[in-house]
Amino acid sequence: MADVDAPIAVGSQRRTVTRYSLRFVVLGYLAVLLAVPVGVVFYRSFRHGLGPVWSSLTTADARSAIYVTLIVAVAAVVLNTIFGVGAALLLVRKQFPGRRLLDVLVDLPQAVSPIVAGLALVLVYGKFGFFGGWLQRHGIQLIFSLPGMVMATAFVSLPLVVRAVAPVLAESGDEQEQAARTLGASGWQTFRRITLPSIRDALAYGVVLSLARSLGEYGAVTVVSGHVLGKTLTVTLFIDDRLENFDTTAAYSASALLALLAMASLLVSRRLRSRTRSVA
Amino acid sequence: MLIPLGAVVWKSQSGGFANAWDQVTAPQPFAALKMTLAISALVALFNLVMGTLIAWVLVRDDFAGKAVVEFLIDLPFALPTVVAGFVLLSLYGPSTPVHVNIAFTRLAIALALLFVTLPFVVRTVEPVLIELDRDMESAAASLGARPLLIARRIVLPNIVPAMLTGTGLAFARAIGEFGSVSLLSGNLPFHTEVSAVNIYNQVQSDNTVGAAAQSTVLLMIAFLVLFGLDVLKRRSARRG
Repeated sequence: MADVDAPIAVGSQRRTVTRYSLRFVVLGYLAVLLAVPVGVVFYRSFRHGLGPVWSSLTTADARSAIYVTLIVAVAAVVLNTIFGVGAALLLVRKQFPGRRLLDVLVDLPQAVSPIVAGLALVLVYGKFGFFGGWLQRHGIQLIFSLPGMVMATAFVSLPLVVRAVAPVLAESGDEQEQAARTLGASGWQTFRRITLPSIRDALAYGVVLSLARSLGEYGAVTVVSGHVLGKTLTVTLFIDDRLENFDTTAAYSASALLALLAMASLLVSRRLRSRTRSVA
Repeated sequence: MLIPLGAVVWKSQSGGFANAWDQVTAPQPFAALKMTLAISALVALFNLVMGTLIAWVLVRDDFAGKAVVEFLIDLPFALPTVVAGFVLLSLYGPSTPVHVNIAFTRLAIALALLFVTLPFVVRTVEPVLIELDRDMESAAASLGARPLLIARRIVLPNIVPAMLTGTGLAFARAIGEFGSVSLLSGNLPFHTEVSAVNIYNQVQSDNTVGAAAQSTVLLMIAFLVLFGLDVLKRRSARRG
């Protein structure tokens, strides 16, 4: 890169000053906004060692919260994988009226307030919602129970899978799929043998992202959960609950746990993303 | 996905348009809405500047620990919003170790929003800066252009679409933010209560029509922003 910079030697001293001051401003901003606050939480969680953290995360309520979170997150990710790939295939491979509208709508859950997403589900599936009466007659309760929380979580994290898979699908083209079909492969065979391998890394990337988002979802879940301690409380709701009860040790421990999970998923997703890039 | 969102719009109109309008313009929700939009706009603008600077430093500068910074940038996306709020609360709240207590002020809302929207502009501008052909800048410099002139005339025009996209996404995200804000702002009506919190409180007090009406406003703004960005994307793609 040195040869590129060579003609700009004039006034290079001033450029160095600009460079360092820019670097200083940016790093300072990131430290104040990001690094120091996150550091403080970790420091306060672990300053008395692992013992208090462990015991506050193994109480019955905390264990239940972790368990509920895992169930909801895994179920939401499974739904997202199926429908996310479906939606991506639809967007990339098919031409139909309203495709462009769908393209914008797919992004909407990310722009919509999670509270609005939760409210929307309550309005449709709640006691007085559109399908509420029918569901109640058949003894199915979605809102204020796990299925509702799964739906809320899946709703907010769906775009992550679609947006990870769609570009790779577009890139790889459909020639191989057509070839497979002319050789007599069924639709499912084509998908499993041709399409799936080509989107594998991108799909894994989307899945990790949506898993991370699902583990940490708060707004949408808080509306539909009903907050039954030990029953429909996820870890994020548990943090909120502990803070309101001035149990800061548990709040710090649970926050540190979620933060560590977030960082782990970030590391995994970065690795996966660089792999998808090198393939494409 | 569409049915639930449609239901929100439908529910908001169930008492007629006039009723929905009254619900939205009632003093408390309206104050929340105005405040949310104003702070989100300020936050988005701040992101426009800082995000571009961060992207520039990440692409053009080189220093020890850059990989760590790269990692940190994405953290707000991965971190649950409640944890984000809690993280900021523990440093800038009542139990602050640095004697900066801004909890329950509007500044706290802005801080929370800056935290959660940080990656948008950085991550949209960064790839464009990487792709940018440096020969143009060298040519301009060899013709005697000053760095500031190069930045303004060569670099800026190329990254403006990306900057606007990132800012729009950050704005859309900011107007709907709930988790991080609700912990940090204290949710005082007429002062630090944002729209999302107001909607939540209306749901809790069973005023679903009011909640749906205000949600519809947020939905429409978010949709308009996304649609505008889509138009922008297509237009800049057509130009090459």
